[in-house]
Amino acid sequence: MAKHLLEVRDLSVEFHTAAGTVQAVQNVSWHLDRGETLAILGESGSGKSVSASAVMNLIDMPPGRITNGQILLNGQDMLAMGAEQRRRINGAKIAMIFQDPLAHLNPVYSVGWQIAEMVTTHGGSRGRARARALELLRRVGIPEPEAAMFRYPHQFSGGQRQRLMIAMALACKPDILIADEPTTALDVTVQAQVLELLEELQAETGMGILIITHDLGVVAEIADRVVVMNGGRIVETGRAAEVYANPQNAYTRKLIDAAPGKGAMPEERDRSDQPLLRAEGLEKHYGAFHALKGVDLTIMPGETVAVVGESGSGKSTLARAILRLDDPDAGKVLYRGNDLMTMPPRELFGLRRDLQMVFQDPTQSLNPRMTVFQLISEAWVIHRDILPRARWKDRVAELLTKVGLRPEHAARYPHQFSGGQRQRIAIARALAMEPKLIVCDEAVSALDVSIQAQVIQLLDGLRREFGLSYLFIAHDLPVVRDFADRVVVMRQGRVVEEGPVRRIFESPRDPYTQALLAASLDPDPAVQAARRIAREALETIPA
Amino acid sequence: MQSFIGKRALASAVSLVGLVILVFFLSRLTGDPTNLYLPLDATTEMREQFRELHGFNDPLVVQFGRYVGDLVRGDFGDSIRQARPAMEVVLQAFGWTLRLAVITMTLVAIAAVVIGSLAAFRVGGIFDRIATFFSLIGASAPDFWIAIVAIVVFAVNLHWLPTSGTGTALHWVLPVAVLFIRPFGLILQVVRGSMISVLSSAYVKTARAKGVRARPIIFVHALRNAMLPVITVIGDQAAAILNGAVVIETIFGFPGIGKLMIDSILLRDFSVVLAAIMVSALAIFVMNLLIDLAYAALDPRIRY
Amino acid sequence: MSDTRTLTEPKERGAASRWLKMLWVDKPAFCAALFLLIVVLCALFGPMLMGDMATRQNLRGRNAPPFDLAQGWAYVLGADALGRPLLARIAVAAQNTIMVAAGAVLGSAVIGCALGLVAGYSRKRAAQWIMRLGDVIMSFPSLLLAVIVLYMLEPSVANIVLVLAITRIPVYLRTTRAEVLEIRERMFVSAARVMGASDRRIVFRHILPVVLPTLVTIATLDFAFVMLAESSLSFLGIGIQAPEITWGLMVSQGRQYLTTAWWLSFWPGLAIILTTLSLNLLSNWLRIALDPAQRWRLEMGGRRNG
Repeated sequence: MAKHLLEVRDLSVEFHTAAGTVQAVQNVSWHLDRGETLAILGESGSGKSVSASAVMNLIDMPPGRITNGQILLNGQDMLAMGAEQRRRINGAKIAMIFQDPLAHLNPVYSVGWQIAEMVTTHGGSRGRARARALELLRRVGIPEPEAAMFRYPHQFSGGQRQRLMIAMALACKPDILIADEPTTALDVTVQAQVLELLEELQAETGMGILIITHDLGVVAEIADRVVVMNGGRIVETGRAAEVYANPQNAYTRKLIDAAPGKGAMPEERDRSDQPLLRAEGLEKHYGAFHALKGVDLTIMPGETVAVVGESGSGKSTLARAILRLDDPDAGKVLYRGNDLMTMPPRELFGLRRDLQMVFQDPTQSLNPRMTVFQLISEAWVIHRDILPRARWKDRVAELLTKVGLRPEHAARYPHQFSGGQRQRIAIARALAMEPKLIVCDEAVSALDVSIQAQVIQLLDGLRREFGLSYLFIAHDLPVVRDFADRVVVMRQGRVVEEGPVRRIFESPRDPYTQALLAASLDPDPAVQAARRIAREALETIPA
Repeated sequence: MQSFIGKRALASAVSLVGLVILVFFLSRLTGDPTNLYLPLDATTEMREQFRELHGFNDPLVVQFGRYVGDLVRGDFGDSIRQARPAMEVVLQAFGWTLRLAVITMTLVAIAAVVIGSLAAFRVGGIFDRIATFFSLIGASAPDFWIAIVAIVVFAVNLHWLPTSGTGTALHWVLPVAVLFIRPFGLILQVVRGSMISVLSSAYVKTARAKGVRARPIIFVHALRNAMLPVITVIGDQAAAILNGAVVIETIFGFPGIGKLMIDSILLRDFSVVLAAIMVSALAIFVMNLLIDLAYAALDPRIRY
Repeated sequence: MSDTRTLTEPKERGAASRWLKMLWVDKPAFCAALFLLIVVLCALFGPMLMGDMATRQNLRGRNAPPFDLAQGWAYVLGADALGRPLLARIAVAAQNTIMVAAGAVLGSAVIGCALGLVAGYSRKRAAQWIMRLGDVIMSFPSLLLAVIVLYMLEPSVANIVLVLAITRIPVYLRTTRAEVLEIRERMFVSAARVMGASDRRIVFRHILPVVLPTLVTIATLDFAFVMLAESSLSFLGIGIQAPEITWGLMVSQGRQYLTTAWWLSFWPGLAIILTTLSLNLLSNWLRIALDPAQRWRLEMGGRRNG
């Protein structure tokens, strides 16, 4: 057998937890060669990161234990090596970058020091380390590299921090770079730039890249081969384009089907009625930061309006302003013609029933010390005229069934549910109010792709059933494509483009919308290859 | 930075003024010290003369006005008991307490940080268990009781150490050792808890992925981050000693500011009490400032 | 898929037995709770049952050494200079010791928490004043403040409770305020506001229950602190005055007999140590038991696994 750069053979890892022993991965095998990019694709809990952690000796033992397998680096079994020998490999031969670079960079040391430490740890002199750090900062495109050496991680933007992580990882010219969800927390346009940087660096150094991701789009953009994992096992492996075009495994098929942005787009609606909600000239400042610069928005009854934008675009501020969670500095919000901003508190209280919200992270939006029953029935405690107390129990059971949970779940606490289930509870809570409009603030962003699809399906079904309207806030265009009637694109506190979903996707007019569409990753490697070319043409957009 | 110090100084000054007024009037309510200082058979004239000399005959407000007037001129009044300027008496005592606090807290900080870090590195290990056990006991022990047990054992029974005074280095062993115990137990627990959470943080994982050795991971990457909550507790404990380790100073006959304050209160030596309060308030202010500076030095995200 | 998976739910049991079970899992905390129970029983019934025994002088038993049962079981820990059995005296002294600490902790916790809720939730000027007040109290040297006040007022139980409570208010005030400031920004508070919940409901239904476990944990620790502070005051002779007794006072009274009868100071001191140690252990346990996301550690701990 030919010697691979890195090969994992029949790796099994188990963890001891309170609930018993959990098999994190079972008989996982993959290999990586020089100059190639391998992607491990999987959802949360699939064990996709475990083999990489085993390669880096980052599994804490106990509670973890490697029960079987080999990890061969140039044919040598790393699991048979001593701790000191493993340590010398980390960083020097195999380097790793992570999701959330802010958390993964030490907050109290300058970035120059942290990059240089990689070199000094592996035997380089201080002078050489400093020169190398400066060179790398320049290479990864950090502005003013000399000054940046002495800055701290919190003084950089999200995309720059991931560039810093990459610079640090490459300091010792490793043969292999492991990237664990490197672009998950980043805006789509930044994500595209970071992936591009990785590809360039690979071309320069010939290193092998192992990328761990949940996102088919990332696989399509960067990977040569892909390993699909589910429940701790590899379910499919092959060339990325082939796997996408012709998936063999049922789970892979399901994953590909669940990827957003392929369904038929809804037809344009008639918008001549009285709007359900209309925002006019909303302005909001946070200190010196101008978050909303005169935003207008109209939602018709039964309509889903998506607001799309990257971080800092003001989309969440807009949602909070409409619900008067944060009062805007200027502007009007007319609900059925009545201005919410000037409304007396008593009247506003009555209208709260009609306007509900589902938040991004259900872990935080559900009070951890209340049971599901208390969470859902709180609506009726506050608005006593909705439902007599005698009917609460039945109604909670009914709502839970409606969102795909079971009535007996009512006695449990939020932490006993998975992320997708928690979001269903949050939706049930919103429905308890019998609202007319639900504001979904990144309501599916934190969920796995297949669960994301389920939740969107649920929301869509409820809209049909109850004639609801949605204001759907998202950072990613494909998610809203199959679901929204209208799309509003925001950037730096302004609406840059607005229109029916088909128009926006098929003929975007604003250069920013075009850039956003070009940067968003399609799960199809063939489409992605075409987009890359389109993106290069758009490289220069005025800020 | 300067405006930050200014704001802090103003806030401290305001509460100090409040405290001085409160103590001034409350302490005079406890009564007239005349009978405490003059012999039982002193004549009425002698008592009257004593009162006149120390101004106790005037209305309280007048006395306070005079006191403030003297303060403005830098005169903190005289000690009735020692017939010396009150500030001189207080500064002498404060010098002793300051030395005691610096020696004790230096030892405590070093021991607690090193032992706590090592305990956190292998949670649940034998070293961790022993350290946790002793820190719990230490944090629970009443210092006066430890002090008298220590006296019985080391001074009375074994004759190893002197019981009171400050003459030689040996005199310092017992007070420092007894004062050491409680802060050590408390700070060790904070260090351990803080280190455990920092060692499981993402940037420590990065350091491991970089191939950094165990010792720099603990003492370079983790410790500096873990020190922030620790510094706060070190400050609180140091403040407690600076405010006068009253009990320990009393038991070991240590001429520090705590003992001075107690004695002065009991003997109604008002000027000394007030001067002592002002000196320790200033000391606490300076120490809190140092702690804030340490914060900023440790964490570049903190700027004033 | 994983979306339909839930963790196994332990069978519904009575709340009391569930808590007992969680306590049983943590053996040191269980012993601590048992010891505290005994202390509390002593505090409640000690003076009633052993009040006479603790004050009756017995010339033959003067400074009787411990572990000598010749005088009866009450003399197992020895007797003081007047021949009063130490065991009975410790049991009786538990009442004042516990009462002072409990009163001070309860008072400061309730007042501090209430002020902290206002300071954290309201954006009005009152919040600023409350924090300034806390700063002022914090900047007082607490033990000395107690000394000054107690020297001027009569050192009765009520006054000692008052002084200790005032000096401990800032602890609860600051903790509550810091927690409220953080919790106020959490999503579930926003969610409640979207539903139209009143401020009162948000504070008492959403914020307070999240703050409360932290406060209970702190109060347990603080109980130990206040006990030590009271003991120090008694030891210095400005706390509770004889013939009332507390453990701290007993240590102080025994001090002059150190060389001849060490047990006079030793046993009450040990009682103080064991009580504070138990409170520390119990506080550590409470921190886990009161957190729904951590509680499984104790609920699962009983079963052996892997």
